[in-house]
Amino acid sequence: MMNPGGSGSGLNRSNEMKIIPLGDSALVVKWGESISLDTHQQVRQLSDYLQEHPFKGMIEYVPAFASVTIYYDGLELMAEYADLVDREDRDFPYQIATAVVTRIMRQLKDIPVQPARVVEIPVCYGGDLGPDLDVVAKHNGLSTEEVIDIHTSADYLVYMLGFAPGFAYLGGMSERIAAPRRETPRLSIPAGTVGIAGGQTGVYPIDTPGGWQLIGKTPTRLFIPKLMPPTLLMAGDIVRFYPISRKEFDEWEGTKP
Amino acid sequence: MSLFVNKPGLLTTVQDLGRFGVQKYGVIAGGAMDTFALRMANLLVGNEETDAGLEITMLGPDILMEQTALISICGGDLSPKLNGKPLPLWRTVLAPKGSRLSFGKLRQGCRAYLAVGGGLDVPVEMNSRTTYLRAGIGGFCGRALRQGDRIPLGAASLRCLNLMGLLAREADGDFGAVSHWSVTPGMLPPYSPNPTVRVIEGEEYGLFSEESLRSFLNEWYDVLPQSDRMGYRFTGSKLTLREKTELISSAVTFGTVQVPSDGYPIVLMADRQTTGGYPKIAQVITADLPLLAQVNLGGHVRFRLISLREAQKQYVARERAIRTLRSGLEQLQK
Repeated sequence: MMNPGGSGSGLNRSNEMKIIPLGDSALVVKWGESISLDTHQQVRQLSDYLQEHPFKGMIEYVPAFASVTIYYDGLELMAEYADLVDREDRDFPYQIATAVVTRIMRQLKDIPVQPARVVEIPVCYGGDLGPDLDVVAKHNGLSTEEVIDIHTSADYLVYMLGFAPGFAYLGGMSERIAAPRRETPRLSIPAGTVGIAGGQTGVYPIDTPGGWQLIGKTPTRLFIPKLMPPTLLMAGDIVRFYPISRKEFDEWEGTKP
Repeated sequence: MSLFVNKPGLLTTVQDLGRFGVQKYGVIAGGAMDTFALRMANLLVGNEETDAGLEITMLGPDILMEQTALISICGGDLSPKLNGKPLPLWRTVLAPKGSRLSFGKLRQGCRAYLAVGGGLDVPVEMNSRTTYLRAGIGGFCGRALRQGDRIPLGAASLRCLNLMGLLAREADGDFGAVSHWSVTPGMLPPYSPNPTVRVIEGEEYGLFSEESLRSFLNEWYDVLPQSDRMGYRFTGSKLTLREKTELISSAVTFGTVQVPSDGYPIVLMADRQTTGGYPKIAQVITADLPLLAQVNLGGHVRFRLISLREAQKQYVARERAIRTLRSGLEQLQK
């Protein structure tokens, strides 16, 4: 995977907006091929707008690191917005969708980005809940307390959700606690486990196999299918981790519905 | 009222057209593999196209009708039978209470869709009744059907009751009745064990070597046994990029043809993840996804390149034909 906040964020700023098709039922608004805060702000601005003002014929939108993909219903677009395009394109849904989105992009210039939501996540570090905390500490020549300190002192930005329901790609982890993936992935990692892989940290929302170094576990549920939205985190959020004791973890787990 | 599962078959799941609006949370869309067949089955029994039916894979179930209902089976031909007598596909059938629906030999395709008047009334989770097998969510208890399951049916719509009335006059004892109306053969996708599937260029199409593009568009690719509802894996000539390229993750969709570093293409299907980071060489057009959904393991597929404009022409034509069929069914009742 990528390393948000790493070298990709620097020099090459070809983040001019363009619109391209994804198959015959979606289009992608994209800003270059690198991960940066600037680009993320553009992604958020468009996502927030589409959330508040979905247009007729839009099925859904999916934000990613440097793009927003918009799924559309071609027939509905033809019925609603054909007048936005030349006569020969009135039965060409992609051209119509592009015209609708281009119009939205022009309006967006004057809309400020909403302040990010801050979500605090309690983590019980080490022990059987975080069996690789020592590995991460040794790899970086740190004590386990120092790893916890560093991990809990940063603000992490949710660039996007993907890979699994509610899994957040977080940017902002210190390189001082980076650690390579395990050579043999574990067959099942329980939901709530907090891990590190390379320069990235994340929380597993559902039981999954995986090769991350596991440093702790949160009693907070990140994915609750009965709720809408079904996930604790959303693209654009800021995440802060804070340490809790094993006793607090067990009490929290005990109160779960 | 309900369907009772005497035998579950190989992989029988409750599916609708998918879970939309939650891909931004990382939740997969899922839904029927052959959405055309499910939509047709639903229309033929007077349901909404978005109602839930059963997706039946390769080896069919044995089902007891615990109430009289309209049923329709569309898609792959798994030799369906009602009380032992063969049933035709793409038609409306009045199945009396106590009748037994079973399946036999796989004759064409690999997935049949069963719609029942009123739809399967399992709880809606995250905007859909589709079964999300890996997460154990939706459908019937989040899993494939098992022996002894009782699947509740929803209330029949007025359209459904009208069609039932039409067929009741022709009913023949415990076999029920089969409609004289059907989906016209000309409207069906050209299902084949070895189909030619039309694609449009993917975002990274131009980054592949000329030789790779030639192979991809001219040679046969074989469906590997590791293929499933998530994706079809193919073997054939390797596809390579002109130079190594690092991509960041972005949305992928039903029919996206991506090429991991081993060079063998994967076509993402109904249960694909929401985002991916492999180069996308092509995208199967919506109109041809049913062809792929009915290809069996070991089948051969050839990809043919068309323009986006042509793909959308096909899409619009298909959607209009479905609307015409829908209003035709409504006319029948007048």
